[in-house]
Amino acid sequence: MTLALYVPRASVVHRLPAGAKLLALAVLAVALFVLPTLTAAAAALLATVAVGLLVARLPVAVLARQARAVVWWLGALLVVHALTTDLRTGAHVALRLLTLVVAAAVVTATTRVSAMVAVVEWLCAPLRLVGVRPARVGLTIAMALRFIPVLVERADRIRAAQAARGGSPRGVRALRTTVAPLLVQVLQMAHDVSEALDARGADDVPPPRRRRSPTSEVPR
Amino acid sequence: MRFRRPGPAPAADDVADPGRGIELRGVSHRYGDRPVLDGLDLTLTEARIGVVGANGSGKSTLARLLNGLVVPSEGRVLVDGLDTRTQVRAVRRRVGFVFQDPDAQIVLPTVAEDVAYGLENQGVPADERAARVAEVLERYGLAGHADHPAHLLSGGQKQLLAIAGVLVMRPARIVFDEPTTLLDLVNARRVAELIAGLEQQVVVVTHQLDLLDGFDRVLVVDRGRVVEDAAPGPAVAAYRALMADR
Repeated sequence: MTLALYVPRASVVHRLPAGAKLLALAVLAVALFVLPTLTAAAAALLATVAVGLLVARLPVAVLARQARAVVWWLGALLVVHALTTDLRTGAHVALRLLTLVVAAAVVTATTRVSAMVAVVEWLCAPLRLVGVRPARVGLTIAMALRFIPVLVERADRIRAAQAARGGSPRGVRALRTTVAPLLVQVLQMAHDVSEALDARGADDVPPPRRRRSPTSEVPR
Repeated sequence: MRFRRPGPAPAADDVADPGRGIELRGVSHRYGDRPVLDGLDLTLTEARIGVVGANGSGKSTLARLLNGLVVPSEGRVLVDGLDTRTQVRAVRRRVGFVFQDPDAQIVLPTVAEDVAYGLENQGVPADERAARVAEVLERYGLAGHADHPAHLLSGGQKQLLAIAGVLVMRPARIVFDEPTTLLDLVNARRVAELIAGLEQQVVVVTHQLDLLDGFDRVLVVDRGRVVEDAAPGPAVAAYRALMADR
């Protein structure tokens, strides 16, 4: 499993600031709904694919993987619209969503996580007024991206260990035999990670608005 | 990625005395009612120091005391004269820590971002940060993986990444807590060679006794006490004899 979709290339799209790319994505989303024609949606999809493949020079597989992930949903939307409205409306809705998914894939594949997180931190900057530390928000997002695949690996390992001993639990029993040990491992890992953050200076610099007392130097 | 605002270097650095090494004075520690270390008095100044002991003997807690991850229930731990109880930030700048499981130590999604993490915490400027990260990745054979997701690395590469993330911060001393336990022979040897080549003072907690070849001093920890403190040969012999009696 991979959540880090960045594909390094020396392209103009890669060099654009993350904020500009996210803004373009938002503008595209609005435009797709403001220009309610099938032709406009098809043109937007073609343009997005062209930018991804020809300008950003991304592999076809990167865009195809993201499109595949939503193809069943789009198919279901098409069927629902065919039954309740008409096929053309269904195709329009599906095309709009597919365009947005491909455009989002282009943005994530051409933007480092760190740059994305920096934008989130910038957007969160006004929250400093109510005591939120944007750097912490950014760190939380980056750590979530880092640890989701790790947790999936741990869950797979637990299931494999159970399978090796003849177990293939399902339903409520699976909750007990998989979720419980996973939870224990997650808590243990959370403790280990907090130690690692401490060891690497996570608390090296005091918060900007309020300095800590000397007694807060004592670790947990 | 800017996770931390740059800040001034701790004033405590001004009063540090590098010649003093790491000192444990009357150190005892307990988790709740359970004592894990009892009355340790040590001065660690040698370049290569090993710590061995059975599981649960207290050696990992001893390692964590050295950079302030654990504060002793009684007594003091001083690093270059800085007390881990009151000057922990300055201590952690001086003492790096490498954990047994690199998956718990790698905190950011890609290799280069993770190596840069500690430097960002120290407020190192972006240009210098990039240069230092590139240098460390090159030195440890990870340059080609800079933008790769960390979780896709092999076990050996993850441990190298974890070590690179500490070395890039240029600490004067590094504590390794069982750095080769999860590695195969080839990767364990690679990590052992890496440790042997370090300029820093190194304290290694390990079950792999080969790792201690060429060390200056080995401590044998048993039931919370240092029961042998000698050169690797006699210390390992004492450890084997201790375990043979169990």
